[in-house]
Parts: sequence; structure tokens; C-alpha cells
Amino acid sequence: MSERGVAQVWRKIKSIYNLVGNHCTTCNTYYFPPRPVCPTCRRKGHLEDYKFKGLGIVHTFAIVRQAPDDFKRQVPYIMAQVELDEGTRLTAQIVNCDIQDVHIGMRVRACFRKITEYGQSGLIVYGYKFEPTMKVTGHP
Amino acid sequence: MTRRVAIAGVGISKFGELWDKSLRDITLEAGMYAIFDAQVSGKDIEAITIGNMSAGRFTGQEHLGALAADMGGLGHIPAYSVEAACASGGAAVRHAYTAIKAGEHDVMLVLGCEKMSDVSQTEAINTISVASDWEWEGLFGATFPTLFAFIARRHMKEYGTTEEHLGMVTVKNHANAVHNPFAQFQKAVPLEAVMTSGLLADPIRVLHSSPISDGAAGLIMCSEEKAKQFTDTPVFVEASTQASDTLALHDRRDICTMDAVVESSKAAYKKAKLTPDDIHVFELHESFTISEITQYEDIGLCKKGEGGKLLDEGLTEIGAKYPCNTSGGLKARGHPVGATGVAQIVELVLQLRGDAEKRQVQGAEKAMAVNIGGTGATSIVHILGR
Repeated sequence: MSERGVAQVWRKIKSIYNLVGNHCTTCNTYYFPPRPVCPTCRRKGHLEDYKFKGLGIVHTFAIVRQAPDDFKRQVPYIMAQVELDEGTRLTAQIVNCDIQDVHIGMRVRACFRKITEYGQSGLIVYGYKFEPTMKVTGHP
Repeated sequence: MTRRVAIAGVGISKFGELWDKSLRDITLEAGMYAIFDAQVSGKDIEAITIGNMSAGRFTGQEHLGALAADMGGLGHIPAYSVEAACASGGAAVRHAYTAIKAGEHDVMLVLGCEKMSDVSQTEAINTISVASDWEWEGLFGATFPTLFAFIARRHMKEYGTTEEHLGMVTVKNHANAVHNPFAQFQKAVPLEAVMTSGLLADPIRVLHSSPISDGAAGLIMCSEEKAKQFTDTPVFVEASTQASDTLALHDRRDICTMDAVVESSKAAYKKAKLTPDDIHVFELHESFTISEITQYEDIGLCKKGEGGKLLDEGLTEIGAKYPCNTSGGLKARGHPVGATGVAQIVELVLQLRGDAEKRQVQGAEKAMAVNIGGTGATSIVHILGR
């Protein structure tokens, strides 16, 4: 037996620390999180690991005000679906951004952050969040 | 020639926060009512299916099939639970439908149940979250309301749907629940109260959201021949269909459309040889009110993006063209997750028999239920007729 979540998080560190998904070279589609089978090509598919550039736009978002205990200290926080430049979407928190400033279409980039803690003495989970590119590079 | 499948009896427990009742109590209650209603005897029942999402996490008890057979005193008959998140109840109904259709069983007891108030609110919220893609949505802080806020925000942006529209669904469903004695909230709410209720995840407010509920519902399903022995008012299952979609909302082609609902409803209309205009009453799955709006569109009551307009015109109220959620829906009847899909069928059977009292849709002959799991990764549709 392991501490709650240790193995579960450890085995996907590559993806959640470094945005590694995969790419089907048969149909030229990118997947994040990585898929075991390309749903378009299935057995004809050929999947290779792919490290995403970490750039994208906000596709939709919500301001979370009621959260489970693990996230309570962070409310209100912004959750969004980010559409990556490679064409796939993922769900992530938006940081370095006031809640009134986030909008659909906002340009964002990935950053490495603490995601949550599993209670007082539990595992600390790290991984990707996203932040507005403007704040970091000064470019729109 | 395949045989028709009928519903000969229905039963339902009171929905709500039932502190004095256990999962066993409410499940037994709904099952007994269904058995009495159909006037079958225990020895007629050949098998049990029970829809339940997560009794293990909500109450610490699994293995509900055997539990139901035991508590009901039904002896050694086969009994199993079926899980498809919020569509578990619909899955149990469909499971019985396929077994009876195939000739494996003639008479089955179908149950749906969930006891959600035995754990803390945080634990309940966490348990509901596992209906989405936990590893890639929930882990990162996306609560269940968050995911429906994603849909609502995008629907507002693309089609001009407003916060008033989200609230109008609540107002309509609560008004219907006033006349449903089994509903959790038999109480009308004004739009103003909805619009000023607490925010869960903007733009989703507490009063756009189905509650945490305890409750159970039951059916006696059987072959047409058997139904004629038990009752003069059998209701027939004209179509039972199911479709799947990506588990995570972010992997969908379009987050404003639940493709699984589109596919399963199209297939159901085709099987029943009906169109949306032939259906007299609908039970839709609004775990959050935005999903009632997207379902109007996805089952073909209007074009994509015009769900809000349908509400503006009042077309989904009792007495109008497409009465939806006459029971009060998930919002006001309550949403004990595994019970919901069965409770929808209970409501529609009452409507088709003319037993829905003050919420009766006059002359209802065909009815449709849409039961979804998660954010639309499962959709189960039933069309009933008398």
C-alpha cells in the first residue's frame, strides 16, 4: 500500500510536469493527455510522445467560489479550458490574472505550480497551470 | 418478431435529506410501492437490476444487488447493480429492457437509489466529481459546477444565452414540483431569488444546481403478455437507446453540444418511428439548468443555440407544446444520482396513465426521458407510449 495518491500521481509526472502528450503521425492529430489508442485511426494509428509548446488561448472559463477542502484556500480561483496551439484542449487553473480580467480568447502559456495538497501531511501535487502571456513577455 | 417490453408498476420514495432513513429503507420502500402498484407477487419476480452510482463512497456499502434481493425477501433470484454515473438509473432500466426483450427474463424489478446525505458536503462533492474525468479535470481543481459553468459560458458567448435563461429553467421546474408530493422542494422560487443566490462557479449559482438528495425509485418491467395479466394500464417502452462520448469535457468536438444526447435521441426517434413533435411530455436531465437548455437543442425541440428562445416563449411549460420536467426535474424533485433515471420513468408512466394529478399533461400518449452521466459522456434515452 502506498500513501494516498503517490503512485497515481508519480506515474503521470511526465505529462503533468512537462506537458508531454502524444501525436498520431497517421492522421497528424495531437493528444493531451496522451491516449493509448488514436480514436480516429485505431490500429492504423502511430502514436509518438510529443512535448507541447505550452501556448494557447482560453476557450471557456469559470470562477470557482465553492471548492472541496483541498482547494478551499485558493478560492476564488479561475479554472479554464485552454485550447493549445496544437489544437487539443485541456483543463487547468489560470494564475497571475485577476478574476475580472480573464476572458475567452485570452492568450496564455503554461507554468509550473503547486496544484494541491492531499491534506496536512499528505502528498503535494505539482503540475501545470496557465498564465496570461502579456504579464510574462509583454506581448499580446 | 421480437416482443414488446412493458412497465406494469411504479414506486418512488420521498426525495430529500432523509436523516431518519438508510439506503436500505428508501430502496425497499420504492421497490415495495412498485410491487404493490403492479400487483405482482414476490414469486413472479425473476431478477433485479439496481442503478446506483457510488453507494460505496456515499454510505460504505456496495454489493447492492444481493442487498436488494435480501431485504425484499426475494430469495435466490439474480440481482445486480449497474453504474453509469448520473445515468446509472437509466442504465438499470435499459438493462432490464434488453434482458426482457431477449427473453431471458419475463418479470424484473428495476431499482435506482442513492443516499448522499450520510457524508459531509465535501465528501459528497468529491464523489460526484468522479463522474467527470477525475485524473485530468477534478485533480486540477475543476469541480462539477465548474464544468457546467464552462458549457454555460461558451453557450452565452456563441448564442447569446443569458443568466436569466439559466434561472428560468429553475423557476419552471420548481413551479412544477409544487404539485409533486415526492419532490425534495415543493416550493416555487421567483427568478430574482435565483439570480441573487450564491455563486458556485460563475456563472453557475446554487439555484442553477441540483441538490444533494436521498431517494429511490422502482419499476416492475415485464413482457407484454405478463403485463396484461397484472394491469389494465400497461405502459410500453417504444425505444431504449444509449450513446457514449469522451469522458472529459475538454475532449468534445463542441462543448455546447452533447453528441451522445444527439445520437441516442436520434436513434430513439427512429426506433419508435416518432418525431419530437409526436412526444407529449419530456423528462430531461438538468443536473445544472444549462444542460436542460442544451438538451432542448440536442433532442431537436429547437435549433442549436435557440434553447433560450424556447424558454422565452414558454414552450416547455405544462400546457405548452413541449412540457419538460413536469416532476420538477433534478433541480426541484431532487437528484439522488442513481435514482434519477428510474424516477424519470416513474414520472412519465404516471403522466401516460393520467395519474399525475395537478401536474398532468392532458392526453399524454408518448413520453421521452433523457438521462445523462457526467458531463454527457453517457446518454440514455427512453421513449414510452400507452
